Amino acid sequence: MVDLDPVTLSRMLTGLTLIVHIVFASIGVGVPLMIALAEWRGIRKNDPHYTLLARRWARGFVISVAVGVVTGTSIGLQLSLLWPTFMRVAGQAIALPLFMETFAFFVEAIFLGIYLYTWERFKKPMIHLLLLIPVVLGSSASAFFITSLNAFMNAPQGFTLKNGVFAEFKPLVAMFNPATPTKVSHVLASSYTASAGLLAGIAAYSLLRGRKEAYFKKALKLTVISTFVFAVSTAIIGDFSGKFLAKYQPEKLAAGEWHFETTDRAPLIYGGVMDESGSIKYAIKIPYALSILAGNSPNTEVIGLNEFPVDERPSLKIHYLFDTMVTIGGLLVLIPLIYMFRHRLSRKGNKRGYPKWLLVCLVLLGPLAMAATELGWLYAEFGRQPWIVRGYMKVAHAATTQDTVGYMIILFLALYIVLCLSCVKVLAKLFRNKDVVEEMRELGIHAKGGMKP
Amino acid sequence: MSYEVVGITILWTFLFGYLIVASVDFGAGFFSYYTAVVTRHENKVHNIIQRYLTPVWEVTNVFLIFFVVGLVGFFPDTAYFYGTALLVPGSLAIVLLALRGAYYAYNTYGSSKENDKIYMTIYGATGLLLPAALSTILALSEGGIITETNGKVRLDWIQFFSNPYTWSVVILALVSVLYISAMFLSYYAKRAEDQHSFELLRRYALFWSGPTILACVFAFFQINRQNPEHFENMLNMSWMFIASLICFLIAVYFVWKKVNLGWAFVLVMLQFAFAWYGYGRSHLPYILYNQISIYESFTNETMAIALIIAFIAGLFILIPSLILLLRLFLFDSKYVRGHSPKKG
Repeated sequence: MVDLDPVTLSRMLTGLTLIVHIVFASIGVGVPLMIALAEWRGIRKNDPHYTLLARRWARGFVISVAVGVVTGTSIGLQLSLLWPTFMRVAGQAIALPLFMETFAFFVEAIFLGIYLYTWERFKKPMIHLLLLIPVVLGSSASAFFITSLNAFMNAPQGFTLKNGVFAEFKPLVAMFNPATPTKVSHVLASSYTASAGLLAGIAAYSLLRGRKEAYFKKALKLTVISTFVFAVSTAIIGDFSGKFLAKYQPEKLAAGEWHFETTDRAPLIYGGVMDESGSIKYAIKIPYALSILAGNSPNTEVIGLNEFPVDERPSLKIHYLFDTMVTIGGLLVLIPLIYMFRHRLSRKGNKRGYPKWLLVCLVLLGPLAMAATELGWLYAEFGRQPWIVRGYMKVAHAATTQDTVGYMIILFLALYIVLCLSCVKVLAKLFRNKDVVEEMRELGIHAKGGMKP
Repeated sequence: MSYEVVGITILWTFLFGYLIVASVDFGAGFFSYYTAVVTRHENKVHNIIQRYLTPVWEVTNVFLIFFVVGLVGFFPDTAYFYGTALLVPGSLAIVLLALRGAYYAYNTYGSSKENDKIYMTIYGATGLLLPAALSTILALSEGGIITETNGKVRLDWIQFFSNPYTWSVVILALVSVLYISAMFLSYYAKRAEDQHSFELLRRYALFWSGPTILACVFAFFQINRQNPEHFENMLNMSWMFIASLICFLIAVYFVWKKVNLGWAFVLVMLQFAFAWYGYGRSHLPYILYNQISIYESFTNETMAIALIIAFIAGLFILIPSLILLLRLFLFDSKYVRGHSPKKG
């Protein structure tokens, strides 16, 4: 591994950090919203089950935040350590959102600290809920700022390049580039989906293990319906992202869809295998679908990959990343939908609870949603290759020249393994030591009905 | 003031903020470990420390990130020189910060009933290793150790480790951390009306005050050997270092006499502020001697103005939030004494 060049190694290390960080970052953005939903429902319906739900989620959340903070610190510093030339040049145009992100995080961290320690400090529970608003806004704003930096790398603007010199920088123009709206909304919606899915998975797991308390059923209902809503919005925004790509970054869409010749009425290729001569086998071809994705009409002309020089094309393997992400996205809509039908049925007299197969599917929501997020980011990053700033700077010219990156990969791999394993262990212990029923008894909440006796 | 000076002043102020809050945190880790594991005093000191740290630990890290991100924003060349040269030490510092932060949260928010020995050791050890590691960057900034040949930036490790100045800075960082932390914690223990912890922490504070001033003087004269030009500049603003010494003397006197402990800590902050800004001011215009000057390596003017506006707007959100945090946890005597409800 140490024999590889610093560029490849820097990509590997950045990728490693981001793969770990994105899990905790998505939780960090989405879970505060879910906690707020639960606490708000608890106050409105005067149902302590929801309040307890918010409380238990918050308790676990703060552990994951810690890992999110430290992996975020890691990537924040690695940007300069591994990509010094990128930061030196691109920093002139895009340092602003990075700088503002720290403020957003500052606010989030401060109010999360206050929120955790003030459950019984206010007479009106609503005041406590209000403390969560800066947390939700802060974490979503962080996501916005960081994603606008990534958007800039895909659709750079806000500067001029004359005779090899960058000049006339406009930080706000750089920040609000054409990729920003779709990218930011896609990241936010997918983070909310991933978090709701993860919490749904946990609730379903408890039911699968034979827990029968109303608490778990309420948790399941809230989280699964949220997953459904967020997953549908992620899909709709994904459609807009397709239109963005077709217009501003056609090579990424073309490589993802195996679309080579510029044409209208372009079919969408799903799955399949490409042999050495370039012909595609075993794929499902959906007529006109790519043109519709690119511009809402079968007559839209979609630019093919052949329009780009060979050394400026992303790898064709990203086709599988894209297809798997979309497939999982479909499942994230479908599984909650089945649950909602079933829930309807059971309300009309069928009281047997949820079948085992459905609960198993619901448990899978968590891992599936996380996998979709990871695949989406892999697609976004591999799809931008060979560029780090599309059209202006190639990855190969941006990395560090140090030859010790290989050892750093080993160091960080060990660090992330230790952090993730200990995080899971601590979370498992946290919830095993304090069972819901036991806690409800302590707080004087009735296990079945949920109202205070 | 030029944009360049405004920029570096903002950054230097954030690093000063980090110096104070992180010193309290680092030293607290060491004292926690020392009192609970080594001397087997009862956990009282540890509890005091824990109560202070819990709501503010995340805030500490942000000061550092803020400095790094702002430095690269205002002075993009720093990413190139420091970023390339510091790959290995920077990565090691990240690992230490990560372990410290994560294990702190695991121990505090996790469900372990008593304080885990592994955690206490990690927290205590990183509390000393981190300031030692981070302070070496100040030594690097004096120049001569980071070199650029044929477009490749390198760090001369032999020169780095064999340099007495490097070690004088490391020693200064270590003793200052213990001194600042003990000064703050004895004030906090007094507020918590915990007489026993107060006596112990006060002893630590007085014990570390002597080494602190000796290390300061030692480092001060090492700069002369390392970088005479910088030393000359320092002598030109010697009043700042004299003011620092006076603040130190009054602070130690207050703690000795057990009076005005709040003021004593303010004076400790002033002591370090005078020295910090004196050092920083005399270091200008260089961020890295002879390689990065604030004037030649400055970002474009539009970005500078945008960053300064963002900074001012950020302060309007940040300062009220910080005041709220401090009022709820640092200056709320009920919380300080431990009568408040436990975590959610």
